[in-house]
Amino acid sequence: MTTTTAATGRYRFSHVARMEWAKLRSLRSTWWVLAVTVAGAIGIAVAVGVNTEDAAADLTNNALAGISLGLLLVGVLGVLAMTGEFSSGMIRATLAAIPNRPLVLAAKAAVFGTVALAVGEAAGFIAFFAGTAALPDGIPAPALGQPGVLRAVVLGGAGFCLVGLIGLGLGAIVRHTPAAIAVLVGGVYVLAQFVAVATQALMPYLPIAIVANSLTVAQPMADDQVQFLSPWAGLGMLGLYAAVTLGVGAWLLARRDA
Amino acid sequence: MIEVRGLSKRYGPIVAVDGLSFDVRPGVVTGFLGPNGAGKSTTMRMVLGLDAPDAGEARIGGRRYRDLRWPLREVGALLEARTFHPGRSGRDHLRALAASNGLPRSRVEEVLGLVGLAEVAGRRAGRFSLGMGQRLGIAAALLGDPEVLLLDEPVNGLDPAGIRWVRDLLRSLAAQGRAVLVSSHLIGEIARTADHVVVIGRGRLLADTSVAELSARSPSLEEAFFELTDGSAEYRGTLGSEGRTS
Repeated sequence: MTTTTAATGRYRFSHVARMEWAKLRSLRSTWWVLAVTVAGAIGIAVAVGVNTEDAAADLTNNALAGISLGLLLVGVLGVLAMTGEFSSGMIRATLAAIPNRPLVLAAKAAVFGTVALAVGEAAGFIAFFAGTAALPDGIPAPALGQPGVLRAVVLGGAGFCLVGLIGLGLGAIVRHTPAAIAVLVGGVYVLAQFVAVATQALMPYLPIAIVANSLTVAQPMADDQVQFLSPWAGLGMLGLYAAVTLGVGAWLLARRDA
Repeated sequence: MIEVRGLSKRYGPIVAVDGLSFDVRPGVVTGFLGPNGAGKSTTMRMVLGLDAPDAGEARIGGRRYRDLRWPLREVGALLEARTFHPGRSGRDHLRALAASNGLPRSRVEEVLGLVGLAEVAGRRAGRFSLGMGQRLGIAAALLGDPEVLLLDEPVNGLDPAGIRWVRDLLRSLAAQGRAVLVSSHLIGEIARTADHVVVIGRGRLLADTSVAELSARSPSLEEAFFELTDGSAEYRGTLGSEGRTS
């Protein structure tokens, strides 16, 4: 047996982040899900673009429609990044290597969030260019230099990242994959359907509505019944959701037996 | 050196570990024996900071586990249940753990060679046999070249050659001055591997003595074990208990 490097100092955030990056990139499911998400966002952008008839519509928002649909996938990926550790028993190896549990979740969030942001931004920009290029003749394509357009594309990618982080936080709270996915789907999608019928006052605060109707709009949404949040307020609200789920998740992770 | 002091843990109404105290000294293999449900795995998880004790504490080299600077370089552990993701290759699993404690990638290849997994390490660990899974767990425990090792049922699923390999490995690790705690259901295996033995039943300490001393009390270590644990076994068939009530 050989002696390894002299043990000076101690583990830091950068070590934990390297572990989490090694874990994330070594699971094939990570890349499959992200590839499907990007392909879906582009496909939907092209389909919506080709079928556009109204030149006055928010064509930027239309081109980013696939981002909203891809939220479920990145959310599930976030859930799995955490629940996969619990279901496999990997969590015990992780926490034996790094006993500082909030640090583990923080590193996981930083690494997963960075990947999700990069993929979200890439999906947003490619979908925007593909969707607007697919517009029929006679309908002028929006350009990134026009008011609100660049903001909509960039915030779409940010929303994608934040929903992934909400999934990660839910995974730390719920721990069981099917239950955590049920909470995610229920919170992001199903709840939206009920709220749309019952109390429209809550509608602007739902994650899916924030991404679809606040973050990815170039023109303010004109809806007589519902006043959606402004893009920046929507970003703040979604960030708050992610911070709260991750905060509660870290608190529970530190308190519960692994 | 592991120091366990007054460790207690209950799960609802069930007392899993009850005021347990013992030391695991460097330079010897300490066997950890007890019937199913005696609290061996719970004790090991508490030493590793995975489960929080209701009372008492465990220290490693004078420190609580959560205060260790480089946990994997100080303590190596193999737990009873699998602790790797089935979708990740054995090599990637070890690389992730190595990164967490600042260990070089070359060390991953070293331990893979040591446990005999070098050629299959690129495969997804979910396809590993029970024995290969155990070897991966042992590789993870050895990764940081630690002074303290805790192994819960390390020979589970290993073939006779594998069992002998683990025995020789544990003895050589102890001979290098490391503290080794190993649990097993196979009393004969402990008799051959361990120098010292800690026996628990229903979470309580029943014996903390040398293997030689305990074996001398009865015709064999196995007989001594049954005499100690009689009445403290959690699950026991009628036939088994009749056969031992003498």
